[in-house]
Amino acid sequence: MIKAIVNVSLKAGVLDSQGKAVHHALDSLQFSNVSDVRVGKQIVLQLDTDDKTQAMQDVEKMCEEILANTVIEDYSIELI
Amino acid sequence: MKVTILQFPGTNCEYDTQHAFEELGAKTEIIWHKADSIPKDTNLLVVAGGFSYGDYLRSGAIAKFSPVMKAVKEYADKGGKVLGICNGFQVLTEAGLLPGALKRNDGLHFISKHHHLSVQNNDNIFLEKLSNGDVINIPIAHHDGNYFIDDEGLKDLYANNQVLLKYTDANGSVKNPNGSVDSIAGVCNKEKNIFGLMPHPERAMEVLLGSDDGVKMLEGFLAS
Repeated sequence: MIKAIVNVSLKAGVLDSQGKAVHHALDSLQFSNVSDVRVGKQIVLQLDTDDKTQAMQDVEKMCEEILANTVIEDYSIELI
Repeated sequence: MKVTILQFPGTNCEYDTQHAFEELGAKTEIIWHKADSIPKDTNLLVVAGGFSYGDYLRSGAIAKFSPVMKAVKEYADKGGKVLGICNGFQVLTEAGLLPGALKRNDGLHFISKHHHLSVQNNDNIFLEKLSNGDVINIPIAHHDGNYFIDDEGLKDLYANNQVLLKYTDANGSVKNPNGSVDSIAGVCNKEKNIFGLMPHPERAMEVLLGSDDGVKMLEGFLAS
């Protein structure tokens, strides 16, 4: 079994309104040393394989097809 | 004239859409997302508004894999006319049938109110009954209506007259409710047979209910 952790977040050039709102909230709570906040989502997949190369290929395909919308989002994959 | 309306689990504007087109004299049929073909006599296919699959993952992300979407793509590829309203617009962008994507509104709130729009390009069947610069009043109701497209894509949209509508005030000056790039409310594909917009023309059919500016929009399809 391989666990895949997929992080999806808005691309660098795309305004992240939620991140901005959280940043503002942190400011209000006097956490003044935060220079930027990005909010994303994490998708955790359990894969029925022990082949990491295959797993990476499969998860990349999943990201391209559904897990991320690559028009506005980037993704990163970590296999454990 | 036959209008076919798609229904996914979570769609909730299919009956309003049906009512609107029937008021204009069209025949209508609602088809369930498990259908594997589009009725042969269809002149216009509408992807209605709502919250398909609860907007899980992203608005429209799961709906694009519904069985019927393969038939929708084939229908559109053959030049069939497709209109996506609100969630339908989100589904069409997710499916790659329209350029760009719809993000969470900049203000993070769900917005539900009448909003003015100005007509940008009427050289298409959807807006041909209107004139460029016309200001119309149509309800919006969305959480993820913040249209995004990269700079290159935006240039293409303008170059091919694909920007259909922009959010404005009553005088036609830009007024952006949700953070959309260039205040864009609706676009079409290059071939001008696939249309998508966040506002709801099917909810603007009666003066008594606030506006009948939707009539002229939907009538464009009936003329063909």
